Amino acid sequence: MTSGTRRTGLEKTMKTILIVSALASLLIVLLIFIFTMEEAMPAFRELGVWKMLSGTTWRPGNGEFGILAMIAGSGLVTLGAVLIGVPLALGTAVFLSEIAPGWIVKIVRPSIELLAGIPSVVYGLFGMVVLVPLVREIPAPGNAGFGLLAASIVLAVMVLPTIANISEFAIRSVPRGYKEGSLALGATKWETISRVLIPAARPGIVSAVVLGLGRALGETIAMIMVIGNSVVLPTALTGNPLSIFLSRARTLTGNIAVEISYATGVHESALFATGVVLFVLIMLVNSSAGFLLRRGTH
Amino acid sequence: MKRNITTMIFLAGLTLVGACGEPGDGTSAGTESGGIVEISVVGSTTVQPLAELLSEAYEAIDPNVRVTVSGGGSSVGVKSAAEQTADIGMASREIKESEIQDCPEIAIHTIARDGIAIVANPNIDVDGITMEQAREIFSGEITDWSEVGGTAGMITVAAREEGSGTRAAFEDLVMEDALISEMAILQPSNGAIRTTVATTPGCIAFISFGYLDSNTKPIAVDGALPTAENVSAGSYPVVRPLNMVTYGEPTGAVAEWLEFIVGEDGQAIVVAEGYLPI
Repeated sequence: MTSGTRRTGLEKTMKTILIVSALASLLIVLLIFIFTMEEAMPAFRELGVWKMLSGTTWRPGNGEFGILAMIAGSGLVTLGAVLIGVPLALGTAVFLSEIAPGWIVKIVRPSIELLAGIPSVVYGLFGMVVLVPLVREIPAPGNAGFGLLAASIVLAVMVLPTIANISEFAIRSVPRGYKEGSLALGATKWETISRVLIPAARPGIVSAVVLGLGRALGETIAMIMVIGNSVVLPTALTGNPLSIFLSRARTLTGNIAVEISYATGVHESALFATGVVLFVLIMLVNSSAGFLLRRGTH
Repeated sequence: MKRNITTMIFLAGLTLVGACGEPGDGTSAGTESGGIVEISVVGSTTVQPLAELLSEAYEAIDPNVRVTVSGGGSSVGVKSAAEQTADIGMASREIKESEIQDCPEIAIHTIARDGIAIVANPNIDVDGITMEQAREIFSGEITDWSEVGGTAGMITVAAREEGSGTRAAFEDLVMEDALISEMAILQPSNGAIRTTVATTPGCIAFISFGYLDSNTKPIAVDGALPTAENVSAGSYPVVRPLNMVTYGEPTGAVAEWLEFIVGEDGQAIVVAEGYLPI
């Protein structure tokens, strides 16, 4: 009887503690959003939301605060990172979960985890002194090395551990029966991996990619060091549309970090507005992940 | 519980809202605790290294004074002095009309002058340009070194970000009404600019005299190389003041430190560090 009451008491206390911790993160997100929004309001009111979102000129000295170029910069560099990083990460995940013998896994996995532990400023430095000069070798008018390509490569390496680790876990979690059944039916190892294991692990792989996207959109210091930070809408430098990645750009995060220490008045508010846009963008990415996951299970 | 959180948010909000002269009263004098007077100095990253040396030198003379120097940029410097969140604000440019209007109580003390040098990648074979050419290069009208007498090759412009004191002074002194090209590579510090110029072929940029070294090639403007001698002679045109800003006329340790800086010993340090005396 007494032990029963004590147990219900403990149950109740634990339940309350858990609810409070869950609500805390919700509250923190809400508070950050409200605060950022409030700081951004003067800019939105004075300049107009649409005018800010569609404007391509950012000259705080002249009162011009268009952030379209930065939205494009963030979008393109993230796209580039996904194009380079996802195949690499998926390949790593499949190799580690299905192909590699144990002793190789023991070497490769810790080294991938080590990648996750390198501070982003070190990636930036590496990009600045190694990648930028390499990219500069690509012959195109106006290519100075600093730009989306160098930034995308740096970012691809930075999101690799996130995507590879979670994807590997997802592939390992596919019930053994699927794989055994497929092989028993005469499918080759590659057919089993590409037609059975990866489709079955798809929800996990999608969340891995989305987590990587979130990390990519939020990366700041490494981007500032290699992307050139020019506020221009990226354009292709040559006839080849891929040369758009040789263009310089600025990311939303970079815009805030580069200018916040100097900004006052409307300029400061416009930087908070940049933050709001980033916030909304990341929410969109996360909710589209939810949508993709639901579709994947049907 | 709910009210507690609301109160906390309210208090957090309050500390973020500062106004001219609100937090303290009186003038900049430093904070005394246990016989040691602390002076906080905040602002321009151009003035920062100089201020650090000047504080070390002064602490050796008067061990009862501690000067803490931190960066943030010229605008932050002026703002911190006006809001009295620091005893002294550093600014590497003229104080703007709007800043004086916002807080008429601030006092400006010029402690040194600094030239802004135009530098290029060491492989560039152009030795000098005119002021007009400089304007056209940085605004993006001139895009090839052959247009200013060098070997053909693309000019890559690098510049400081919007809001930097060095950029503001460069715009005032060189660009006049022209705007710095949107295609310019922007880097957020003098050091990052120097690295960019040193490693990027065909790159040109502007940096503070204090950051000149053999990694970059100084370019003469209107025939005058960026040297202290040419500035004293009046032939080098791109020069700006380095300012310390206080709230009201300073008193006590703050006043003594500023007197030391403009005095003989302080100015000797200014010169030794590659800046120009007042």
